[in-house]
Amino acid sequence: MSRVHLLAGLALLATASASASVANAGEIRIACYSDGNECPATMDLAKRFMAANPDVKVTIDEMPYKSILESLPVQLAAGQGPDAARVTLFGTVMQYMIDLTPYVKNPAYWEASFGAVLPWTRPPGVTTGIYGLPTQFTVTSPIVNKTLFDQAGVKLPADGASWDEWAAAVDKVAKATKTPYGMAFDRSGHRFAAAAISMGAKYFAADGTPAVIDDGFKAMASRFVKWNADNTVEKDVWASTGGGYRDAFEEFANAKIVMYHSGSWQLNRLQKQIGDAFEWQVVGNPCDKVCSGMPGGAAFVAFKGSKNPKDVARFFDFLADKPVYAEWMGMTNNIPAQAELQKGGVSYKLSPAATAALAAFGANAAKVSPTGYKLSGYAQNSAIYNPTVDRLSQVIAGQMTLDQAYARITQDVADSVAAAKK
Amino acid sequence: MKILTAAYAAVMNLPERPMRWAQGRLRGGRLGWVFVAPNLAVFALFSFLPIVIDIVYATTGGAQLLPSERPYVGADNFASLLDCTNHLDPNTCTRDLFWHGIWNTLRFVVFQVGLMLGFSLLTALVLNRKIMGRGFFRAMFFYPVLLSPVVVALIWKWILQREGVLNAGFMAAGVTPVNWLLDANWAFFWSVFISIWAHMGFYTLILLAGLQAIPAEIHEAAAMDATPPLRHFRRITWPLLMPSVLVVFVLGLIRAVQMFDEIYVLTGGGPGTATTFIVQYIYKTGFADGVRQYGLAAAASLLLAGVLLVLTLLQLKGQRAKNG
Repeated sequence: MSRVHLLAGLALLATASASASVANAGEIRIACYSDGNECPATMDLAKRFMAANPDVKVTIDEMPYKSILESLPVQLAAGQGPDAARVTLFGTVMQYMIDLTPYVKNPAYWEASFGAVLPWTRPPGVTTGIYGLPTQFTVTSPIVNKTLFDQAGVKLPADGASWDEWAAAVDKVAKATKTPYGMAFDRSGHRFAAAAISMGAKYFAADGTPAVIDDGFKAMASRFVKWNADNTVEKDVWASTGGGYRDAFEEFANAKIVMYHSGSWQLNRLQKQIGDAFEWQVVGNPCDKVCSGMPGGAAFVAFKGSKNPKDVARFFDFLADKPVYAEWMGMTNNIPAQAELQKGGVSYKLSPAATAALAAFGANAAKVSPTGYKLSGYAQNSAIYNPTVDRLSQVIAGQMTLDQAYARITQDVADSVAAAKK
Repeated sequence: MKILTAAYAAVMNLPERPMRWAQGRLRGGRLGWVFVAPNLAVFALFSFLPIVIDIVYATTGGAQLLPSERPYVGADNFASLLDCTNHLDPNTCTRDLFWHGIWNTLRFVVFQVGLMLGFSLLTALVLNRKIMGRGFFRAMFFYPVLLSPVVVALIWKWILQREGVLNAGFMAAGVTPVNWLLDANWAFFWSVFISIWAHMGFYTLILLAGLQAIPAEIHEAAAMDATPPLRHFRRITWPLLMPSVLVVFVLGLIRAVQMFDEIYVLTGGGPGTATTFIVQYIYKTGFADGVRQYGLAAAASLLLAGVLLVLTLLQLKGQRAKNG
């Protein structure tokens, strides 16, 4: 009798494990963060994909951006990561990413559609391969409170105006309208790099190795520190917050600053949070040596640890398909990374102000300098961005001189790059 | 009932045979190891093993997480952390942020522990008296201890930020607002103040228990002898409260050295590095920087563990000396 029970138990166990493995087949889990509504929009499309592909179950876990930055690499290293994730600093997870070329339906379509940004997702030295599906193309740009300009009776500086001309103009507006500050920069090395590149910063030596400190970088750094000291730039954003990233959107939305140096990913917030509370406008990037902003973007990338890379590729193929991708961009109000759609074909649901802003972002995207693309595609760019923020914050807080900061940034970048190579 | 008793006895006697068998084979003190084995296993898994892993990371380099993929670098991480021209000036150190963390932590410990001990003692002395609403005040002083450190930091951030509650009050009163978290000295002051506010209740409770453990007869005898209050405190209360003060001192010291959560949420370690403490340096180096230098973070945490070990040994020595 007991033998019968034992056999029955074993049979039950075998059935249970078999059904468990069947349940796991075709199941993919994707970690996602949203700038606006990217995760909910992807979930909507995932439902349509699952209806057409009942053998695949897509689960999208929305999490804070900070978790993607800090927890995801540890999860992946421990072999406990998701099948895919939405990532923007590819260098932090690059070693765990998988080339989906063998799994996607038509690699040539991917190359033709996303060829300009796919290199950003590739490991250093790798020139081919589909490591991710770009979910947007972003570009940094200044956004101004036009209402404050009008109230102050100050004209917007013309296209091609320099950073100094913009600083003088916003300072004049701030004083006339009793606005606390002229401008604010997100606390980000990426945003600073945009301004530094326009001043002529090259960021890399001729051999491709990082060479952050040059005349262009110094020109912007010295201005930025001075503007923080004389309240042209809101000091709180960079100096009163240690730690990591902080944006200045709330200050702009509350009309506490005249000009906000951020980027195209803010479009949804601009439209929803500000709406027509005041007239806001995206303007051309200030020009000194060049009129460049910084490009960027996020991508869904798949990981080597995935048990179902074929199913991940099927889902990515579905999203990358031109009509679906166009719909996706329309839902999220993002600039498409797909080459054909960059020329047109996305139907956005935007207010007139947001439509004009999108056009301005698009115009700024066309002027991005090669240095911007190079820096965005550099796998260890966070090793450049983070010391820039840390050290310039110390200068703004009065803890070191600019020359000391330059020496420290050089050393910090060298240390991080060396550590990443070991 | 009898059946139940018999069943209970049978169950309780179940280990007798194996125990007798074990006793027969394991002589001397060896049976003791069997009893402590489960506890030792838990200790080994959750305390000893992490220390060993930490040492492995501290002696390896690179940005890889798996130990097998990390190159051995010996004491390089320690040497790099300790390399300074002048240890009193962090800007002369190779790892200046580590030394900013060290000096900030030291300054924080001196102010926070000293002031907290003083305020806790004062509060405990007041709450030990028969004052009106004593129960209410005891609850009020203890209440912040129940709050999560993140909640504490967020509440105070709302109060202290540029357009926070405190500055709103200042402006209403016609006083120029102060940007509390933008000035290094004010940010440090509020870090100390908030951590005292948040934790004082716990230490007050320990000291209150210590005060109540002092036999009432001793106080009565002193009162009959008309001992002046200051002399009463110096000669009777303070010496008898010393064991509790020592506990509060050491616990407060260890907590202050490990300070991270509240301050990280409140100031993020800024402005600049004015409130960056050693644990934040470890966290940032190991988990928040783009290129994670686990080896440096592990070496820094071992150095911190060394300091905490010394503090704990000093406490043990103090207690032993006190107990004769």
